[in-house]
Amino acid sequence: MTKEYRYIGKATPRKDARDIITGRAQYIDDMKLPGMLYGKVLGSPYSHARIKSIDTSRAMAQPGVKAVLTYKNAPDWKLGMPPHKPVLDSTVRFVGDVVALVAADTADIARGALRLIDVEYEPLPAVYDAETAIQPDSPQLYPDLPGNLLPRGTYGIGPKALQEIVIGDVAKGFEEADLIVEGECAYDNIPNPLPPEPPGVIASWDGPDKLTLWTASQSAGANKSNIQNIMGRIDVRVIGTQCGGSYGSKNANQMPVAYATALARATNRPVKLYYTKEEHFDTFSLRLGSRIRASIGIKKDGTVTAVAGEWIIDTGASSEVVPWQVAVGCGEAQLMLRCPNWNIQPRAVCTNRNPSGVVRGFGGQELKSSLIPILSIAMEKIDIDPVEFFKKNFVKPGDGYYWRDGVWVEFRGPDYSKAIEKGAEVFGWKDKWRGWGKPTAACGTKRRGIGVGIHGNADVGEDESEAWVRLDPDGRAVVFANISESGPSQRSSVCKMAAEVLNLPLESVDITPPDTLVNPFEFGLVGSRGTYILGAAVIEAAEDVKRQLFELAAPLLGAGPEDLETEDASVYHKAHPEKRLSWRRVIGKTRTCIGRGRTEHDFSLPNMMTIFAEVEVDIETGKTDLLRVVATTDCGQIIDPLVLQGQLQGSIGSAGIDTALAEETILDNRNGHILNGNMIDYKWRTFVDLPEFQTVILETPFPSHRFHAIGVGEIAPAPGPSAVLMAVYNAIGQRIMSYPLTPDKILKALDKE
Amino acid sequence: MPTDIDWNSSTREPIEKSYITLTVNGEPHRLGIGSQQDEIAPSHTLAYTLRESLGFTGTKIGCDHGACGACTVIMDGEAVQSCSILTIECDGKSILTIEGLEVNGQLHPLQQAFIDHTAFQCGFCTPGIIMSTKALLDANPSPTEDDIKQELAGHFCRCISHYLVIKAVMAAAGRER
Ligand code: FES
Ligand code: FES
Repeated sequence: MTKEYRYIGKATPRKDARDIITGRAQYIDDMKLPGMLYGKVLGSPYSHARIKSIDTSRAMAQPGVKAVLTYKNAPDWKLGMPPHKPVLDSTVRFVGDVVALVAADTADIARGALRLIDVEYEPLPAVYDAETAIQPDSPQLYPDLPGNLLPRGTYGIGPKALQEIVIGDVAKGFEEADLIVEGECAYDNIPNPLPPEPPGVIASWDGPDKLTLWTASQSAGANKSNIQNIMGRIDVRVIGTQCGGSYGSKNANQMPVAYATALARATNRPVKLYYTKEEHFDTFSLRLGSRIRASIGIKKDGTVTAVAGEWIIDTGASSEVVPWQVAVGCGEAQLMLRCPNWNIQPRAVCTNRNPSGVVRGFGGQELKSSLIPILSIAMEKIDIDPVEFFKKNFVKPGDGYYWRDGVWVEFRGPDYSKAIEKGAEVFGWKDKWRGWGKPTAACGTKRRGIGVGIHGNADVGEDESEAWVRLDPDGRAVVFANISESGPSQRSSVCKMAAEVLNLPLESVDITPPDTLVNPFEFGLVGSRGTYILGAAVIEAAEDVKRQLFELAAPLLGAGPEDLETEDASVYHKAHPEKRLSWRRVIGKTRTCIGRGRTEHDFSLPNMMTIFAEVEVDIETGKTDLLRVVATTDCGQIIDPLVLQGQLQGSIGSAGIDTALAEETILDNRNGHILNGNMIDYKWRTFVDLPEFQTVILETPFPSHRFHAIGVGEIAPAPGPSAVLMAVYNAIGQRIMSYPLTPDKILKALDKE
Repeated sequence: MPTDIDWNSSTREPIEKSYITLTVNGEPHRLGIGSQQDEIAPSHTLAYTLRESLGFTGTKIGCDHGACGACTVIMDGEAVQSCSILTIECDGKSILTIEGLEVNGQLHPLQQAFIDHTAFQCGFCTPGIIMSTKALLDANPSPTEDDIKQELAGHFCRCISHYLVIKAVMAAAGRER
């Protein structure tokens, strides 16, 4: 630690802690509005079908039913990016695709009415595999998406949006290589981020162009921009509720927002649409599927000379933001791999399974989990230790990369080798590494193996944030920032930053509720951007208001503003601390004082996470236990050690590390039904199965803001799956190039089926 | 429910009593049985009644299927999944929910330990986890880490606050290492 702070770097109680542990925190389903109706969705039993006829009269006749919407009477909004999925359509494209919406006095009545909607379907041929979907004779999902391909595009990313990686000359690169390897790896088990709280929103119209939306989201602001993209420039106010987990998936809540909003408009009443867990599984979004087929040119010293191949992305029946995920993923590949010659061609393909949305890892986890195993083949061929390879090839000072917007960025961060080395030391890598495909230990039928994965993301500095800080004469400060709380404690973290700048007791700093009516612009809590971009805006606002405070106090204290300091809501002369005035005297008891802050994007400080994993495979049963994880990063400055610890440990869940071993959404390939769409059959880690978990966190000051910190939470899971895949390979000596590593797959690899 | 009904017998006796009594956090509630909006329907779960009829929304519903533990409350001293119990079966029972842990503004030591250890992220699983560990500590005031893990085996925490939860519970039991 470089500096002793009052709050920064120390564990402090979360601002909402008391609400959470007393049950007072208001989640979306804890809310009721006067006159509120309950919305329910009818899902399709077919993965691809045309609706031949749909009759809602029996449902409408039901007492308490206030509206039934189908493609015939729904608004003509289109979801997805580019907009391609009609909110309700005459064609359904996955099992669970919403066919009709009902609003009724109670959820029970709405549910009952669903059963009274008579639908006749004409089943259509369906396709569940992305590579099959792009074949010429495959079933077509959308008339305007030939070949089931989602077009590349800019979609607000900027005119040069990074939609492929084409750098240098791969032919020349392959010539320079000592060795060329080819490989294919699929990370297409489409895991579910599965927040404990199902998705839900409440929509209420006040006239045709004025909408209020309560949303369980990680980003109230993203819900607003999303609504305006879909419904035009209506007047919309978005209020965030306490959010029971998101991991990306509830960032914009596209589908539930559209459904609730449509029902609220049809009934002119507030409508709550809150999924059951089954609906959460059946109709909500999943992670992208990813498959890479690539050739790698490598030199004996571990220098990579060329990477060429294709990246097939399975978006499911529609995609919320795939162009952004491609852009970020393509940038992230360059952070992990310093290589002068690239040609990676992404293709985003629609298939007849659940839509894909935002999930922590955002394109990059998908890409890394499929690319690192191919790189591993090259590493093995030249017999380089993967830790040495990653140290050598992760972006370094003096390097640059094309980021998301297609703009070249020069790296301003530290040499992350130091952190990687420290992590390896804590993990005991050198002692355990026996070479590629070799177990660390063998005892009876048990084989232990180790693996490592790496990931970095420059979105820690993405897009813009604004914040204000208001000082009240009674010695309190209020941060105005549109921050939702879905778990990462960002609301509390910015309060700590403001309290630190203003040298105020933390209890005296409060933050406005997430509400677009009250707060200045905020892009949202994505890409680990909260600590840097949002933090910087709050810091700037706090510094601005402090400067105003000193200007007001200077004449009263007979000093220059630069001579002053503030402490616990009084201003004093640094040289004569006895000369002191309360804020009340300085500001005036009927005034407040407001400072403003705004941060522009800065993509030059990517974060880094390395995950070391040790597994034990039983070669008789194929069962794999995750024994130990060491998560390693350098975040510049810890804001709160317990919060950070929780975020890093979170790498196991939320479609993270466990997607390598157990987590998957299993589709019945005959009809597209999800076979494990419930909390018993979908595998998740329990308290009795915890691996040993250690964190290694360096604090090399970053040139970000006053506290030299950057965020790392979002990327924590991303290096995990490939680390575990590598560990299993080393344990059993057989390469498996797909996830998850279920016992049957392992036995098959060992020829023991 | 009246005691003279044997739900297993094929010839059910007519219901004589049209209400049940339920004590929640020390306060008795008399709840009418029927199909009106403010009545307890035979299909209502305890979780539903607590949240929708009585306003104890601190109890969360995650899966509504007995698979995630979010809805855990304490019934007559035992941790139970309130989504898997019908309210009409709870006549005369005494329920403790997360709202009942704080007494006269004084937090329960477990609650304080969860604050001190930031033993939650999104917090949705937290009320259920606290109720289970309360029942554990009542029965076993000095549990081992393993006891805690076993007690919480049925609780889904997707944020992975497990490690900090275990520390918090050990601290509340005075066994902080
Ligand atoms: S809600 Fe009761 S166990 Fe999941
Ligand atoms: S804290 Fe989010 S699920 Fe446990």
